[in-house]
Amino acid sequence: MLASRRLRMRVHLRPQRRTVEVSGPRRVAALLAELGVLPGTAMVIRGDELLTDSELVREDDEIEIRAVISGGAA
Amino acid sequence: MKCKRCTARAEVQLRAHNVAFCRPCYLFFFRRQVERTIAAHRMLAPTERVLVAVSGGKDSLALWDVLVELGYDTAGLYVGLGIGDYSDASRVKVEAFAGARGLPLRIVTLEDEAGGLAVPSVAGATRRPPCSAYGTMKRHYYDAAALEGGFDVLATGHNLDDEAARLLGNVLRWQTDYLARQRPVLQPSHPKFVRKVKPLFLLGEYETAVYAFMRGIDYVVEECPNAVGATQLVYKDALDRLEHASPGTKLGFVKEFARKAQATFASAEPPDARACAGCGMPSYGELCSFCNLVREVETKRARAAARVSA
Repeated sequence: MLASRRLRMRVHLRPQRRTVEVSGPRRVAALLAELGVLPGTAMVIRGDELLTDSELVREDDEIEIRAVISGGAA
Repeated sequence: MKCKRCTARAEVQLRAHNVAFCRPCYLFFFRRQVERTIAAHRMLAPTERVLVAVSGGKDSLALWDVLVELGYDTAGLYVGLGIGDYSDASRVKVEAFAGARGLPLRIVTLEDEAGGLAVPSVAGATRRPPCSAYGTMKRHYYDAAALEGGFDVLATGHNLDDEAARLLGNVLRWQTDYLARQRPVLQPSHPKFVRKVKPLFLLGEYETAVYAFMRGIDYVVEECPNAVGATQLVYKDALDRLEHASPGTKLGFVKEFARKAQATFASAEPPDARACAGCGMPSYGELCSFCNLVREVETKRARAAARVSA
């Protein structure tokens, strides 16, 4: 019998093209703080929905943290 | 967290406004903010033809989308800068956006239009920062395209963060001539210029990014490779920290500058333009900034060629 694997949340950081794995459920605000991202400087995306700071994210979630800061505008 | 308007689950929280919204209510909020800004600053009249400068980024595509939603007669203008894969990807996004919506789009490629003067080669020849060369060149092509196409207004996607960073930079150096022209609406100073407007200047980049995401706009997420280390990003980072400590700081900074302080710098504004001896477009000297840049590059290239053949 296979041992159950412990799930870890995958967090994709864009545009850095970096993925980190995080264990344990937590609020979005805590996740951002852990990754050193200021609230309001990135969108937190799960599937096709956006998450506010108070949402809970879990180990089986796939999360994208997409920075919104750009160097200028056309 | 609940939506302030309808109490459904909120998808976005705006600390500066102390509100949270679900998707439909956020889209309503965003459109209403743009409508109010346009009306308060008399940016656009309903019958005017609007040329929208688009880069493939979230701000300019969000602007084009919301102006279409609000019923304005628009066309897009994309200026290809020749910055390798980044420019290629940007153009693909812009063409896909316009194609999917059946919107008219004009494309100007600097490598073709300006005799091979793409941004990297100009920056290299003149030793200017790429963004400086880009600014000079894009303004020339924006003005020329607006004139040729018979547009009434040129709209750009500058957002609150862009304006706050620019204002901070101008204040730190007390660049009064720049402060004189830092306005959400620039009236034409010559018959060959059109009015220039920034309908998103009170909406932050988080807000424009959320709008683009919710509207399913496929924009370029990657940063321009030339933006690495740009001073504007340093200012944006400092302002983000201030905003985090005191929500609403950026909005107050930009909004109150426009309301209370901007007019005091009006006397530093340059005199009316005359015709450039090179291209005939309006200029504040014998040659416009663009023709000066072209001449500088040509001179330096000729010197370099002479050194090689000597």
